[in-house]
Amino acid sequence: MKTIKSIFALLFLSMGMVSCSDSTDDPMPVSDNPLEAFNLTSSFEANGHVLELYSDQDGYFLGYNEVYVRIKDLATESYIPDATIAWNPIMHMTDKTHSCPRSEITATGDATVYKGYIVFQMASNTDEYWELNLEYRIGGTTYNVTDQIVVNAPVNGKKTVNVFTGTDNVRYILTMMPFAPEVAVNDFSAVLFKMETMMNFPPVADHTITIDPRMPSMGNHSSPNNEDLIFDPESGSYIGKLSLTMTGYWKINLKLLNDNGDVLKGEDITEENEESSLFFELEF
Amino acid sequence: MKNKNSSGTGLRSSMYVVWTLVLCIVVLLHQKLQAQEPVPVPTMDSIIPINLEEVIVISVFKRGISHKSQPKPLSTLDQYLESSKKVSMIKRGAYAWDPMLNDMTSERLSITIDGMRIFGACTDKMDPITSYVDVSNLSEVQVKSGQQGAQHGNTIGGALDMRLEKSNFKSLGWTGSVETGYETNNASQIVGGELNFSDARFYVDTDIIYRKADNYTAGSGEEIAFSQFEKYNLSANAGYKVAEDQKLLASFIFDEARDVGYPALPMDVSLARAYIGSVSWIQSKFVGSFKNWETKVYANTITHVMDDSQRPDVPIRMDMPGWSDTYGFYTQTELSVDNHVLMGKLDGYYNRSLAEMTMHPNDPNEQEMFMLTWPDVRTLNSGIYLEDKITLKEASLKFSTRVAVQAYNVADRFGLNSLRIFYPDMTQRQTRVMKSISAHYHKAFKGVHFSGGLAYGDRSPSVSEGFGFYLFNSFDNHDYIGNPDLKNEKALESHFKLALPLKNLEIGVEGNYFHTMDYIIGEIDPVLDVMTIGADGVKVYTNLEYANLYNVSLDMAYKITSELDWNGSISYHRGTDQNGRNLPFISPVDYRVRFTYGDGSFSGSLSLSGALEQNNFSPDFGEDRTPAYTLLSLSMGKSFSMGQDRLYAKMGIENIFDTYYSTYADWNNIPRMGRNFFMTLSYAIN
Repeated sequence: MKTIKSIFALLFLSMGMVSCSDSTDDPMPVSDNPLEAFNLTSSFEANGHVLELYSDQDGYFLGYNEVYVRIKDLATESYIPDATIAWNPIMHMTDKTHSCPRSEITATGDATVYKGYIVFQMASNTDEYWELNLEYRIGGTTYNVTDQIVVNAPVNGKKTVNVFTGTDNVRYILTMMPFAPEVAVNDFSAVLFKMETMMNFPPVADHTITIDPRMPSMGNHSSPNNEDLIFDPESGSYIGKLSLTMTGYWKINLKLLNDNGDVLKGEDITEENEESSLFFELEF
Repeated sequence: MKNKNSSGTGLRSSMYVVWTLVLCIVVLLHQKLQAQEPVPVPTMDSIIPINLEEVIVISVFKRGISHKSQPKPLSTLDQYLESSKKVSMIKRGAYAWDPMLNDMTSERLSITIDGMRIFGACTDKMDPITSYVDVSNLSEVQVKSGQQGAQHGNTIGGALDMRLEKSNFKSLGWTGSVETGYETNNASQIVGGELNFSDARFYVDTDIIYRKADNYTAGSGEEIAFSQFEKYNLSANAGYKVAEDQKLLASFIFDEARDVGYPALPMDVSLARAYIGSVSWIQSKFVGSFKNWETKVYANTITHVMDDSQRPDVPIRMDMPGWSDTYGFYTQTELSVDNHVLMGKLDGYYNRSLAEMTMHPNDPNEQEMFMLTWPDVRTLNSGIYLEDKITLKEASLKFSTRVAVQAYNVADRFGLNSLRIFYPDMTQRQTRVMKSISAHYHKAFKGVHFSGGLAYGDRSPSVSEGFGFYLFNSFDNHDYIGNPDLKNEKALESHFKLALPLKNLEIGVEGNYFHTMDYIIGEIDPVLDVMTIGADGVKVYTNLEYANLYNVSLDMAYKITSELDWNGSISYHRGTDQNGRNLPFISPVDYRVRFTYGDGSFSGSLSLSGALEQNNFSPDFGEDRTPAYTLLSLSMGKSFSMGQDRLYAKMGIENIFDTYYSTYADWNNIPRMGRNFFMTLSYAIN
């Protein structure tokens, strides 16, 4: 009964909130800072500019990171529109250096805000660190800045990125795109890259990623009506549907198939085989 | 623990035997010494009810008769219902049996308390409505078959209306009673009492009853773990005459059960609690020629907490609480025109059903797993019922109809999204219209009664059938998923009854037939993966093309002497779907024979009951062949006058030969109680 009461209290409150927000919907206040809702994760100062990097997370994390960039002109204290920016993250390991998959940096609806994503396949540690190089061009002049960044391991320790060699002897990096999981059919997507060299990670198109979500703590049961991840040329990512029938810990077992349908990595889940070697993890 | 319990029970039973012997001697001496003071025994109108209605008399002992006619006066309501020929009970343990009428369970029945709609809060049917009242609250249970029971709600199989006991402005002054009972098999203790005041202007009735039972022992000695229960029930009823033909009545019931074991299920119940209240206004005159106007508003709320905290060995710990709140009203009136008695009734109710399930992973660092098993379903039902009783020469004709509109709203977003995993296009709201129409004819000719009728009715899916989310059924070991796209289930029904009096022998034959279209049942979906650990598969509720059900029974009653009666009955039931596949929970041939003796203050009965082997079982629904069984039970009672007051004593033995048995309606073949001695004492203060 208590629960019902509190649910009703909540419903009531939320109705109140909905109706309140309804009335203020129309005159949408124009925020001074279009990135107010994001966290400033880096601030690189060079060449009379400050390059501000924002994320919806409070730092850089292993896996997929969406990053917003702005360039502030220190002389005018204003943000510079219509610049072109390129980036290159470098991991300095004890024995070698390598880069990681990332998108181009593109313009957004706001001319002073640029956007892209980086997939970090390993976290920083005491001996090994990440460096981010930004090359930007304003009105015909090219500038350069490089600084160290910290890439954190995920707080909950759940796996969201896979680095592996397929049966075609190609080294792949597969990462899921972050989302807020719900007990529902969730939109679920991932990005896939291959590692051509230590510094070159081109995106891979037209493969298929099959998904089989399971709850290992509850008899390793699955869920119905999942949709495998199919390549979407427009966004460059793999898009599918993930059904989660309850909250808790889910292991999303995967198989990577090439455009001929050959399995490059991952196994089916059977009575004997409870997990695939390729998987993501979720807990909510 | 087991040994300790059984030795305790043993000691108690031997004490009990001594007690019984002492009491027997007292009874015999008493009989010889005291001049007989006859207690008037009201004559029973007819042993075989004329209508398709059966009334199970419960009223504890206030009217004396029930104590005599009922072999076990303080037994649970479940046992009273089971003693009826029409009602059978699905058992998951010793408590909260699930009533069945015409081989149909709660979703196909209209089960009401004084016309009030009330719905259980357990997704696994561990709390049928009959578990939230006790015999101390009730005067009788009216059993109506098929569409004859459509007065209080849409139904397929029929209706059970539990009528509350009321002093009803009789000039009795203060009356009271105390009663106690004990049963040896499960060390069951029953203590109850009532205190009433009634005069021509005002009455108030109060009662309380408490029951506590340990584990019971099946025939030949097997203790059934997790079959204990404890419950108490309080109720109050009051009435005030505002004017000579205007009455204001109110009733309230509080019922709470704790630590209820369900040996046939993987989970128990730590709490089942109900508050049930109503206020009504009754007026013998209404506008114009309308009369007997009755209006009632009511509300009830149920909390049901299912968990497995007492079970030593489970794959995963779970909590499954559920809540059900219902608010409703009805208003009805009658009109007599020539030989017609017309009755009209408007009614409505609003129900909220919410149930959740939390699974606690064995790894304490992992998040709890949570789901809504009933997604806060709001049901709004409004209906109209019309009836016309026409009196003809030595005959009568009754037409009745009911139309109701039922709207569902899946109010919880989380729950709605959960169901949309299975039904992506499912709407949040849906509306259904339900219809019922019936005709019933009764002819009396020289003591011979014939009645028969035809009817059509439909029902909407229950909350579990429409919106249940991974409800585990331990009987067929499948998870069940509700289906919001189900069609209404519709039944064409016919029934007949013939009663022949032949001097001291009365013979009754009756039968009914239900052709149910779009019969709702769970069917395996091989694509879906089980959720419950160890389950065999997932079933989704679907509509069968049709199912056929029929029941026939033969009753006989013979008056051997004025004190000694014999009666016997035998019944046959059959239920199949369109492919001839057996339906689950269809009774095999069932028989009972009883001798009853009553000579005023002394009463006794010897009864034999049993069933033949169940051959028409349904393996798809987890049934197997249930062997035949026969039971013999004996009871004796005596009433003593003590000035104005009266003492009733009753004792008996059930399952005399300690037979190990289970019936077709025992969940997972859970064996029933072995030999059981019981005794009850009631002291009535006038």
